[in-house]
Amino acid sequence: MSAEEIPYTVEPHPVTGVYNGKLGLWLFLASEVMLFGALFSTLVLLRVGAADWPHGWELLNVPLATLNTFVLIGSSVTMVMAWASLKLDDFGKFKLYMGVTVLLSFVFLVVKYFEYTHKFHLGISPATNNFYATYFTMTGLHGLHIIGGIVVNLYLLFPGNALWKTAPEQFTNRVECAGLYWHFVDLVWIFLFPILYLL
Amino acid sequence: MAEHSHNDSHGHHELGFWRKYLFSIDHKVIGIQYTLTALLFLLLGFSLMMMMRWQLAYPGQPMPWIGKLFGNTNMPEGIMVPEFYNQLGAMHGTIMVFLGVVPLAVGGFGNYILPLQIGAPDMAFPKLNMASYWVFACGGVVMLISFFVPGGAAQSGWTSYPPLANLATMGQTIWLIGMVFLITSSLLGSVNFIVTTVQMRVEGLSFFRLPFFVWTQFVTAFLLLLAFPPLEAAGVLQLMDRIAGTSFFLPSGLVVTGQLLEVAGGGNPLLWQHLFWFLAHPEVYVLILPALGIVAEVIANNTRRPLWGYRTMVYSVIFLGFMSFIVWAHHMFMTGMGTTISTFFQTTTMIISVPSVIILTALALSLHGASIRFTVPMLFALAFIPMFAIGGLTGLPLGLTASDLHLHDTYYVIGHFHYVVAPGTIFALFAGIYYWFPKITGRHMNTVLGKLHFWFSLIFMNGIFMPMFFVGMAGVSRRLYDQTQYAYGAQVQGLTAMGSWSAWMLGLAQIFFIVNFILSIRGGKKVESDNPWDATTLEWATPTPPPHGNFPETPVVYRDPYEYSVPGSDKDFLPQHVPDSGNSTSEPASADD
Amino acid sequence: MAESAEEIRHHIRVYMMVFGALAVLTLVTVAVSYLHIESIAATIMVALAIASVKGALVAGYFMHLVSEKQIIYWILILTVAFFIVLMLLPLLTDISTVGIPV
Repeated sequence: MSAEEIPYTVEPHPVTGVYNGKLGLWLFLASEVMLFGALFSTLVLLRVGAADWPHGWELLNVPLATLNTFVLIGSSVTMVMAWASLKLDDFGKFKLYMGVTVLLSFVFLVVKYFEYTHKFHLGISPATNNFYATYFTMTGLHGLHIIGGIVVNLYLLFPGNALWKTAPEQFTNRVECAGLYWHFVDLVWIFLFPILYLL
Repeated sequence: MAEHSHNDSHGHHELGFWRKYLFSIDHKVIGIQYTLTALLFLLLGFSLMMMMRWQLAYPGQPMPWIGKLFGNTNMPEGIMVPEFYNQLGAMHGTIMVFLGVVPLAVGGFGNYILPLQIGAPDMAFPKLNMASYWVFACGGVVMLISFFVPGGAAQSGWTSYPPLANLATMGQTIWLIGMVFLITSSLLGSVNFIVTTVQMRVEGLSFFRLPFFVWTQFVTAFLLLLAFPPLEAAGVLQLMDRIAGTSFFLPSGLVVTGQLLEVAGGGNPLLWQHLFWFLAHPEVYVLILPALGIVAEVIANNTRRPLWGYRTMVYSVIFLGFMSFIVWAHHMFMTGMGTTISTFFQTTTMIISVPSVIILTALALSLHGASIRFTVPMLFALAFIPMFAIGGLTGLPLGLTASDLHLHDTYYVIGHFHYVVAPGTIFALFAGIYYWFPKITGRHMNTVLGKLHFWFSLIFMNGIFMPMFFVGMAGVSRRLYDQTQYAYGAQVQGLTAMGSWSAWMLGLAQIFFIVNFILSIRGGKKVESDNPWDATTLEWATPTPPPHGNFPETPVVYRDPYEYSVPGSDKDFLPQHVPDSGNSTSEPASADD
Repeated sequence: MAESAEEIRHHIRVYMMVFGALAVLTLVTVAVSYLHIESIAATIMVALAIASVKGALVAGYFMHLVSEKQIIYWILILTVAFFIVLMLLPLLTDISTVGIPV
């Protein structure tokens, strides 16, 4: 059962206009919207029901998180540039941009590591109160998604790129799908950052 | 086991044992894996229930023969302790729903039949499909392990309400981890089903020419895709509460066995209920929709007529799927919500009964004027109709807040939902097994054993669940290991005992099925053709059993799915893929959907 | 996906402009937070509004939603509807106890 036997893996379906992977990925993102939505709903319910709830900027490092926001948005740009490079048949540029994307992702995680350990040194943990419980859980789950994205992107950058030689269109589609996932992770942070840090 | 045909024209290398039977990416092998695993879990879940029924019928009495096998913690001197009863209850529900019915209905039937019915060579993402099965299997193993850890398995109901579940023994943590596996498996599968149905229908197979079975699987996949993630989030939150000491679900000032709990507090137990039921209500439609699909296929085939009101049924199932997302708090009427919002949920709940009544009525009307073939699958499909009707009708007093006040968390509820799932869904699944067994194995199951299985199952299922309505109305609450400790419970103990005896007899009746199933694989009567039931849908147009790639030549569809007894035709059925010679009204649909 | 090299280069210009907009909006949202607006409702509205614009830019241009196909739009509309249900309805069951300490 090879991929060529499954129709519309590469060429788009004549009616829907999309190839299978793209449709599949958007469906997966729909489920991720519901996943993070449940966590946002949790935050809303807990905060609304709380006697008092601290402001994010009182307890968290806003400048560091702002830096992280730039880092992640930047990685989104380099990710889409990696895909665009493949569309322009420039495999070298693809590797460059994808490499920078992975690098920036690591920077994001390192900054988060410093944020977390600073809190732990002060004896603060998710168990301290529900503000910290939601902060750690939501950024933690988001961080796990970043790690997942790094794994996929590293695969496409190194062992997976062999597909470029045998089936360049299919490889480009894979990069596009990985890009959709990565932009979504960025999108979640775009909402997470103000809601946790700035309110 | 299904023998793989070797007339594979692509000249593929022969796969070794592991790649052929265990790590196959062929949807048919995966479907069989799901089916066999699910059947084993159904048997386990059923056995847990049979043990519970001893305690219910004869509270505090040592269980004969096997009572001593469960150790001194669970059953000292063969007498069940309440904690063990609760474990059996929580795991019976969990196993039946998440490891039994859904994997069989969706993972088993959906995987095997859906690609065939749309003319596809496989699912859109075959490797993802394999991953779905193995993640499910791992989840199952995790759930089984939970029985053997200190403190035993989860014992806070399949609903795992905090604060109780938060404070429960280690088995609850393992349950949560198991659920994460199962939910992940389900999400991967639902993506596959949707993309396959949208993208890989063959030429001429427009959406309104799809067999109703495919429609039900399609809508079910959307329910799984969008409703499961909040439960996955809730599972993570409860894991955080149990492992990281957070208080997502723990309110302030909680006192446990006389001591103030040392947590931050400020949490909300109802938050769990919202997130849980946001999934669990659509989940009950996941339990019933594939069953409706199977029943529709079997009825159309055995009445030799098109389904009555096919289009209406399709619109109904889509509307039902949508509505299922906005009724969930009818499971929470007793949690103190305001009357405005409870009226909202009562209203949506009443509205959602309409499409399911429409579908059931259409199925019943399909029988009118038909020349019915009373095959074994048809017996199960016919019984489904009144059984599901009882289940659905008994749900109405639960959806109305005023009556739910008295019935919530009583045996009435257990009677209601079991009617829908047991003589409802499970009967439909049996119908499906008897119906598609010849395509998968090339042999028929034995008819005499099948009829014995059917009649005894029908009688004893009613024997178990009908008394429950009366036991519940008498006031006996669910998850109660000894109702005789209350006078009102003792008064109806006779009904409970009758239910237990029916359960054990039902268990014996399944022997007919198990023996039939196993022996027919190699020894059943061989089929006379690739289409022994003279059916119209595409899965019957393949060789038997279907080879890799399913169709030697990609079919083209020329007509609606249930063209039985078409006037002017010489046969009483016109398969979808056979071009009509002369009838000018049948043609491939244009690609305009 | 037969897009010409010229079209891709145009896309790249758009990506850069979007990046610029996102950077500016990030600074704006942080600056606004330093104002420490009195009304919590207003603070939330402003923060969500800015985040929504940023999100729309990422979704529209990086994820190519501005030129996506119907089927993707329908899936997202359905998802957003249920997302709103999930955000709103649990709150409505609890609305009478908002702000009262447990």
